[in-house]
Amino acid sequence: MIPEIGNFALILALLLAAAQAVLPIAGAARGDRTWMAVARPAARGQTLFVSIAFACLLYSFVVNDFSVVNVASNSNSQLPLHYRVAASWGSHEGSLLLWVLMLAWWTLAVSVFSRHLPDDMVARVIGVQGVISIGFLLFMLLTSNPFDRLLPAAADGRDLNPLLQDPGMVFHPPMLYMGYVGFSVAFSFAIAALLGGKLDASWARWSRPWTTLAWCFLTCGIALGSWWAYYELGWGGWWFWDPVENASFMPWLLGTALIHSLAATEKRGSFRSWTVLLAICAFSLSLLGTFLVRSGVLTSVHAFATDPKRGVFILAFLVFVIGSSLALFAWRAPKVGLGGKFEIVSRESFLLLNNLILAVAAGSVLLGTLYPLFLDALALPKASVGPPYFNLVFGVVMAPLVFLMGIGPLARWKKAELPDIAARLKWALVVAIAVALIAPVVAGHWTPLISAGLFLAFWVMAAMAVGIKERVRHLRGGLFERLRVQGRSYWGMQLAHLGIAVFIVGVTIVNGYQVERDMRMNVGETVRVGRYDITFKGAQNLTGANYTGARGTVEVAHGGSVVTTLHPEKRIYNVQKMPMTEAAIDSGVTGDIYISLGEPIDPTGLGAWSVRVYHKPFVTWIWGGCVLMALGGALALSDRRYRLLARRDQAVGLARAGV
Amino acid sequence: MSESPDTSTAQMPALEPKSALRFALPLAIFIVLAGFLFIGLSLNPREVPSPFIGKPAPSFQLTQLAQPEQSFSPAQMQGEVWLLNVWASWCVACRVEHPLLVELARKGVVPIVGLNYKDKRDAALGWLGQFGNPYRLSIADIDGRVGIDYGVYGVPETFVIDKQGVIRFKQIGPITEEVWRDKMLPLVQQLRKA
Repeated sequence: MIPEIGNFALILALLLAAAQAVLPIAGAARGDRTWMAVARPAARGQTLFVSIAFACLLYSFVVNDFSVVNVASNSNSQLPLHYRVAASWGSHEGSLLLWVLMLAWWTLAVSVFSRHLPDDMVARVIGVQGVISIGFLLFMLLTSNPFDRLLPAAADGRDLNPLLQDPGMVFHPPMLYMGYVGFSVAFSFAIAALLGGKLDASWARWSRPWTTLAWCFLTCGIALGSWWAYYELGWGGWWFWDPVENASFMPWLLGTALIHSLAATEKRGSFRSWTVLLAICAFSLSLLGTFLVRSGVLTSVHAFATDPKRGVFILAFLVFVIGSSLALFAWRAPKVGLGGKFEIVSRESFLLLNNLILAVAAGSVLLGTLYPLFLDALALPKASVGPPYFNLVFGVVMAPLVFLMGIGPLARWKKAELPDIAARLKWALVVAIAVALIAPVVAGHWTPLISAGLFLAFWVMAAMAVGIKERVRHLRGGLFERLRVQGRSYWGMQLAHLGIAVFIVGVTIVNGYQVERDMRMNVGETVRVGRYDITFKGAQNLTGANYTGARGTVEVAHGGSVVTTLHPEKRIYNVQKMPMTEAAIDSGVTGDIYISLGEPIDPTGLGAWSVRVYHKPFVTWIWGGCVLMALGGALALSDRRYRLLARRDQAVGLARAGV
Repeated sequence: MSESPDTSTAQMPALEPKSALRFALPLAIFIVLAGFLFIGLSLNPREVPSPFIGKPAPSFQLTQLAQPEQSFSPAQMQGEVWLLNVWASWCVACRVEHPLLVELARKGVVPIVGLNYKDKRDAALGWLGQFGNPYRLSIADIDGRVGIDYGVYGVPETFVIDKQGVIRFKQIGPITEEVWRDKMLPLVQQLRKA
């Protein structure tokens, strides 16, 4: 009964999405207020029904309704409750419903927080969101219905893939989807502006907070996924350049570019058509990611069970949405004009460089990801590009960007002088070079990459300090007061840039100084790894809720005193008989000790084991940096100028309407 | 940070038709991309009909992973039906199929030779130590040259090679339970009788 309600709710949501897409857009074109007024109620109704459908799916998982194919394939009666909840988005069908749910919630948010916008703009934005919704709801109903029945019902389910039975699965997908679906709002604003023919600064101002918010979610989502891979896969890596990781990373790169170019468009009216193109491309890459993951054109660990019918459907939808947006762009953008002029050296030119580099970076990730497909399609000898390609190309492309990040915020709008900037930054350069040369010597190990990484990180931080000092020097009042008047969007930018520097410190030090040891350890044996003495105290048998296995006890000592005792585990999940390595990690600001169990040397599992021990200095800074970036975005969002401008727009709107 | 947007600057005059064409460039690029994606749909990356099937396995001479002083060549396997499994420690999909390989090795179903592809020796040995070593031996293809000879498309890949050294089957991507049960195991049994 409940799954049928869910199915019915999806059908109603589709009908409402159709109303939401067609009437408001047509109304905006004809200037018909009644039709435009359909936008908000239709969007809200659609959100209600999609939410009901999602609740029904959740319910089916929670009560173990194995007469639903999706539940029977992805859950099991032994599965703990929180993983049964997470299993509802663990499959292709369920994750698609989550995608649509997020889309509906973003549209709902737009319908609520858009009172200050002109009616035709709101109608078009909500209408475009409706078009996207139709596509995904149809896709779900026609090819991937999460409520399909299995009759007769299965006695028990096939269980959630053990790799996914982790708290990471509870938080990572919703966060990631919030981010990548969130770019749909920026996309809809861009399309609405193209349709309306008004690509001015106010368009950029309206879509800016939405873009920043989506970007914050995406940043957190990617960081969570990376952290999850780090502790769950049992070998201490944090990024693999897997096609699906790339699928989430490309929208992030273009989203980052978009945030910066929106700033230039809003403040100076520059790069209007470019900004619109970025907004279209950022969301297009989110859609492309969805296609790559679900169509089976590339092999990936993340891939869902695939079906050619699904691939054709998404590709057709992709061609319709992206193709028509780009065609609209090709038609309308030439009439937009170039906006404010600027000199070769200016804040604008630095932002433009930032955009170009980020676009090239996203392009090279796209090329690397699709390379096997291109070769295959052209019937050329097959080859795949692995992490070596990505690490090299990405590093080479991004290093200049980070260097420019130190300079850009100090350059004036319109016109800046290079000698002037050089003079202001000379001490920052000295500090960065000094740290880059001295720190590796102190640490006792030097490679060119360590110096390059430290140089970039400290260059960014030192240049940031120079910028802050210059801004507060001429102000009056106490230091705190002088810092406060800079405004939250300024501090948000600095915090996000600091996040990049912290991230680089983490990556540089962990790559340069990590210690890895794989060895056979007898019970009671002690080995030295880095500064730590590691003692293997043996392993016991273990029985969990839905798995059995072995639990090791490892003592970590430093300078004769025990720092911590860790318990790495090896689990065999009952249903899928899949062995899983649960690493034990002692995490700290200056580094992690990471221990995972290999294979038992002694067949009983009670004697010697092969043990893998890592010391990973500063590895947590990688995710710490991402958290700072996201917090920076959140801080910028809370700036009061958004509220002031919203109030002003509303006043203007009321005056125009003659109220 | 709160200066108002400057929209008063002079606008460019209407663009000439020639330069307006560049706005259509993104669309053109996308159409090409969509074409590739469409072709990609009809190709299955996991089951490409390899031109190598039915041909003798390309010969090579490479050093072994665990004993670098010893080398290996496919000729040494003459008279046996065996699997050549391409793997790497950086390959996440390899750990998906690995338990199956370990199980096959434990039961002694078929000899498996590992081709360690574009990997570092320490990382590869550590990986085997952690997840178990199903291979009779592994060979180190550090620069991926043998991988090119074998048309390696992605990692993991597995070749079934018969007693005469002819490639009979190629699995791209992890070997799943189904593929093993329905395709590879029957093939191995049949080849053994031949």
